[in-house]
Amino acid sequence: MKPDNRKMLNLELYKKLYLVRKSEERIVEHYFEDEMKTPMHMSMGSEAISVGVCHALGPESQVFGTYRSHALYLAQTGDTDDFFAEMYGKETAFLKGIGGSMHLCAPEAGFMGTSAIVASAIPVAVGAAFANKRLKNKKTVAVFFGDGAVDEGVFWESLNAACLMYIPILFVCEDNGLAVHTPAHQRHGYDSIAEIVSKFHCHVFQDKTTDAERIYGLACKAMERSRATQQPSFLHVQYYRYLEHVGVKEDFDAGYRSKDEFEQWHKVDPVRLQRTKLQEVGWDQRQIGTLEKEIDEQINNSLTMAQKAPFAENSAVYTGVLE
Amino acid sequence: MRSISYRQALNEAMVQEMEADPRVFVYGIDVADHKRIFGSTKGLVERFGEERCFCTPLSEDAMTGFGLGAAINGMRPIHIHMRVDFLLLAMNQLANMVSSYRYSTGGTVDVPFVVRAIIGRGWGQSFQHSKSMFSSFAHIPGLKVVLPTTPADAGGLLLSAIKDENPVIFIEHRWLYDVVDTVDDAAEPIPLGVGNVLRRGDDLTLIATSWMNVEALKAAEILEDRHGVSVEVLDPRTISPLDDELIFRSVDKTGQCIVADNDWTYCGFSAELSARVSELCFDRLKSPVHRIGYAFTPCPSARHLENSFYPNAIDIIRAVESKLALSEADLSSEDFYSYERKFKGPF
Repeated sequence: MKPDNRKMLNLELYKKLYLVRKSEERIVEHYFEDEMKTPMHMSMGSEAISVGVCHALGPESQVFGTYRSHALYLAQTGDTDDFFAEMYGKETAFLKGIGGSMHLCAPEAGFMGTSAIVASAIPVAVGAAFANKRLKNKKTVAVFFGDGAVDEGVFWESLNAACLMYIPILFVCEDNGLAVHTPAHQRHGYDSIAEIVSKFHCHVFQDKTTDAERIYGLACKAMERSRATQQPSFLHVQYYRYLEHVGVKEDFDAGYRSKDEFEQWHKVDPVRLQRTKLQEVGWDQRQIGTLEKEIDEQINNSLTMAQKAPFAENSAVYTGVLE
Repeated sequence: MRSISYRQALNEAMVQEMEADPRVFVYGIDVADHKRIFGSTKGLVERFGEERCFCTPLSEDAMTGFGLGAAINGMRPIHIHMRVDFLLLAMNQLANMVSSYRYSTGGTVDVPFVVRAIIGRGWGQSFQHSKSMFSSFAHIPGLKVVLPTTPADAGGLLLSAIKDENPVIFIEHRWLYDVVDTVDDAAEPIPLGVGNVLRRGDDLTLIATSWMNVEALKAAEILEDRHGVSVEVLDPRTISPLDDELIFRSVDKTGQCIVADNDWTYCGFSAELSARVSELCFDRLKSPVHRIGYAFTPCPSARHLENSFYPNAIDIIRAVESKLALSEADLSSEDFYSYERKFKGPF
């Protein structure tokens, strides 16, 4: 990659990382007010995966997520107006309060929705990718899920079908080693997810990194391979969930994990790591500061608008059940 | 007009829509094998190719999600299951994903997805090849549920289901596959949510679903013959959405109502119908709504036990006699098991 391109790439990645992190920090700041009455499953710690992959997917893409999809939504859409309005359940949100934090949706921007039932969006994404292949519309599809999803039968059914049917799709396993509070060693009768998946007819990529640029690179490679072979790719990236399973607090006192672990991962925090890298590739503090200020303002405006917005009419409950 | 079987009507409806719209495709376990879903998918793979009619792994769960994904991206999938019981493996996708997807997009994304499934019966089908389950699907907002009885309805309702922009669960009965009836030369879509009067009558409203309409018509004929009682037989055809009006008008006229459901009565569609009729026609009812359904047990295998499990025309006749305070007619000369005897396994 030319140095100029790399410089721009890293800036774009940082913008998205910063947008995600700061948006979630604002949620943490206001959640205690109890105006955002929706169960928050926070992305903090995972940002590099959504940002790296979505940037690689490009604009003509569709992504499917889980109940923990703040990072994915923001990385794919760049929108904060609908995002905050939906957190507050307001009329100004695209979904007018129907979805909440767990069911963000922006089909026009390629954010096709989520499932709060672990692994349930995976086969839907496979079908979506199948349709794109049939319709030859060149849209790429990625589906994001945690390591808990691999415990579900439907993950294996979906992987098998996609491999069998030559459906190009990117499976992204965001592995935080926990399903709610249960660690992998209490759930898996095997050692490596990636190794087992590699026995299927697909391309497997794995890493333990918080470097968005590196994940971007892996996702680009994965998509190239899938495009060339029409086979799925499976990207496995380990990360650390900073906060509790649901809620905005730390839970290191709960006993199922230690703060030491967090400290280790926090040394390579994806947002800080990327900020340092920006300076390495030639951006100065002033430029970065200006950029951050712009994003802060965007978030601030969206948050304020959401707080001030009215609720939808009660009749909105009936919107969109059937045509 | 021409004669056509139920299976042929299903087949022709799919052919018609696959011809008309290249986005329509058919898939499921064994849809393209030599048996072709009891003949209903015959000729599809030859005519439209493996791209548009293909067999799948035994993954009902994932392949249902797959259909949803294809539907929201512009295809029009028809997913077929040889038994309704198998569909239970897909219940998570149906109840959690398919039914709520449109809602989860604020009503902006269409979900034109048809799920066909067949109720098995007889020849030892037993307790995992015979369920109806339709009331469970109808319980969930966001799914349409269709139960065709006649060949004309099988064709016309399937055309509408395929054209519909919502998910439609289309439940067929295996015994109806061989029923032959006269239909129009060119099948026209029959709107979902419109019931059908299978027989006009003034004395009692008999609402039946799926196969129980066959039993209802037989019972109505005998009741007319033996007692001079005129029974109105209504087939709701789609149980979600439901044609309330048709039912209320009939009960308003007759003041008597029996529901003969092709399912268990407990928490079933018959309970819903009974509640609705009781709520809305209370002052017109001369007696409480009576319900007829399966014995509240899993379905047994042996034929004589099956006969105790499944209600038939005799049960309907006795219920009507009881309701109208008529003496029990001697039914010894009647043949109530002609279908059971005609049907030979294995499936």
